[in-house]
Amino acid sequence: MGRTLAEKVWDEHVVRHAQGEPDLLYIDLHLVHEVTSPQAFDGLRLAGRQVRRPDLTIATEDHNVPTTNIDQPIADPVSRTQIETLRRNCAEFGIRLHAMGDASQGIVHVIGPQLGLTQPGMTIVCGDSHTSTHGAFGALAFGIGTSEVEHVLATQVLPQSRPKTMAVTVNGVLPVGVTSKDVILAVIAKIGTGGGQGYVIEYRGDAIRALSMEARMTVCNMSIEAGARAGMIAPDETTFEYLAGRPHAPRGADWDTAVAHWRTLVTDADATFDVDVVLDAAELTPFVTWGTNPGQGAPLGASVPDPATIADAGERGTVERALEYMGLDAGTKLRDIKVDTVFLGSCTNGRIEDLRAAAAVLQGRKVADSVRFLVVPGSMAVKAQAESEGLDRIFVDAGAEWRSAGCSMCLGMNPDQLAPGERSASTSNRNFEGRQGKGGRTHLVSPLVAAATAVTGHLSAPSDLS
Amino acid sequence: MEKFTTHTGRALPLRRNNVDTDQIIPAVYLKRVTRTGFEDGLFAAWRSDPDFVLNKPEYAGADVLVAGPDFGTGSSREHAVWALQNYGFRAVISPRFADIFRGNSLKGGLLTVLIDEVDVEALWQAIEANPTTQVTVDLVSREVRYDHVVLGFEIDDYTRWRLMEGLDDIGLTLRHADDVDIFESHRPSWKPRTLPAEV
Repeated sequence: MGRTLAEKVWDEHVVRHAQGEPDLLYIDLHLVHEVTSPQAFDGLRLAGRQVRRPDLTIATEDHNVPTTNIDQPIADPVSRTQIETLRRNCAEFGIRLHAMGDASQGIVHVIGPQLGLTQPGMTIVCGDSHTSTHGAFGALAFGIGTSEVEHVLATQVLPQSRPKTMAVTVNGVLPVGVTSKDVILAVIAKIGTGGGQGYVIEYRGDAIRALSMEARMTVCNMSIEAGARAGMIAPDETTFEYLAGRPHAPRGADWDTAVAHWRTLVTDADATFDVDVVLDAAELTPFVTWGTNPGQGAPLGASVPDPATIADAGERGTVERALEYMGLDAGTKLRDIKVDTVFLGSCTNGRIEDLRAAAAVLQGRKVADSVRFLVVPGSMAVKAQAESEGLDRIFVDAGAEWRSAGCSMCLGMNPDQLAPGERSASTSNRNFEGRQGKGGRTHLVSPLVAAATAVTGHLSAPSDLS
Repeated sequence: MEKFTTHTGRALPLRRNNVDTDQIIPAVYLKRVTRTGFEDGLFAAWRSDPDFVLNKPEYAGADVLVAGPDFGTGSSREHAVWALQNYGFRAVISPRFADIFRGNSLKGGLLTVLIDEVDVEALWQAIEANPTTQVTVDLVSREVRYDHVVLGFEIDDYTRWRLMEGLDDIGLTLRHADDVDIFESHRPSWKPRTLPAEV
């Protein structure tokens, strides 16, 4: 019987298989950042172990870094210590680090693809749940905890149980103004935050095939928000075109060998998935969240749901709690929700295409007086590219703040946070309570909706602008 | 890792679904570089409410957490496991856990136990009726027991053995270092390396 893409990549990386035990899976690339690694390096030192493959490991500073005044020392002493700890650890263990101020510094899931280190058929891990991003290349990429970070540093393999497979097929053509962010938010709302638990999702169908690499990364990025550790898209010409010529992409005869192999990384026609989910692209619209988990979303044209209509008591309680936290009344039109802050950035939507899309909406318009609009490129290379295209001028002229690269307000580990009660439209990935700052209220949106919302001051699509 | 065989203690009824790891420990607490001292961050935002279950005196000292479905969703932060352990929890019972959280917990010796939603509801009611109810989480017999109730739970043999022996995963893997050497000798040469840096 045929195999799925995920099964093929898995099988290629099994170092050891024994009945009744997890497989030992070889890891091709290990991405490291400052937050989930210090205790892992301490563990190595305590046990007197080395990093087995520094040449398959790369580190960057992203979660903690300020996005202003990056040439100055980090003001928060605890953040500074964490960054300095990463620098010491990388120096001691011989790991390449893209530190603040480096032209290749940026969010770990932005720089891997940018450098050409993320390639089809690889296994990629990082102590960060959004590692699923790299699955857009047909890699098997998943987030791990700090104990596993230490394990990979020491051994370059991980004991893993073989996951089940789920196909999410999006047929048809996306309507104008509907982005890959809207697709994944709709998928999560459909299958729920636990729907993907235990599965690797493969995204398929014409609407997925038509997406650019960056748009595919947005889809795979939020697989974890549906509970799936990994999301994948089979590599194709779009993938190869994106990779060709990148610093770490194969060259010459190696390129041909690699592409020939990558072409085999597709789900066989006679393979079956454990679960099949199908969506019709034509039915999708701009999608936003109203609640406190990424599954609590609805089309922008809808209203805040009424908990009284929910039969299941547990689910009803969850919705009631969410509306109370979000300060929303049932029946309120989503378009009537006013925001204080708009955040454009993150590993979900901080790439050049995201900035271009938002800038195109903002061009010739102004950010509403009541709105603070933060634009945070996903990497310093994205920032430089945007500046070379003049996007920074469009943002600044419209009244937005143009920042340096980092995770920023996606999780508020740096000074970019919401104040209690403040409401945001955010292109990031999580609307959990307090995610962007204690008491902050988050609505997840696409870059297009973010830009339009910045102009009107309430949740809006570009089609709402005059 | 400390061995886990069986544990008996009082339980905390956390009647919430979808408890994400940002709630278990908010990001601002993740700046530390140690594995200890995260107890102050456990459920930090919710604990500012005096009525939050963790603040109720009748549950003081409870070390088995009983939560609604989809516990531990979101961020991969293992700090969530450390915060629960640092606070004193030995086990978490829920109808469904997020994959990464579950993996982290079982690596670190915090036993995560899956039981059905109706059984969790009954357990909540029993604890709420009598907060001194003794709840036993028995990994050896794969059972949760309280009052006269016995609930079986599933956990794979390998993970159970590893927890009962308190074995270090890295040590187990290093027994197979030869297999890793052999695998590496066959890896395609065109696969990317981060060193030397080409940019």
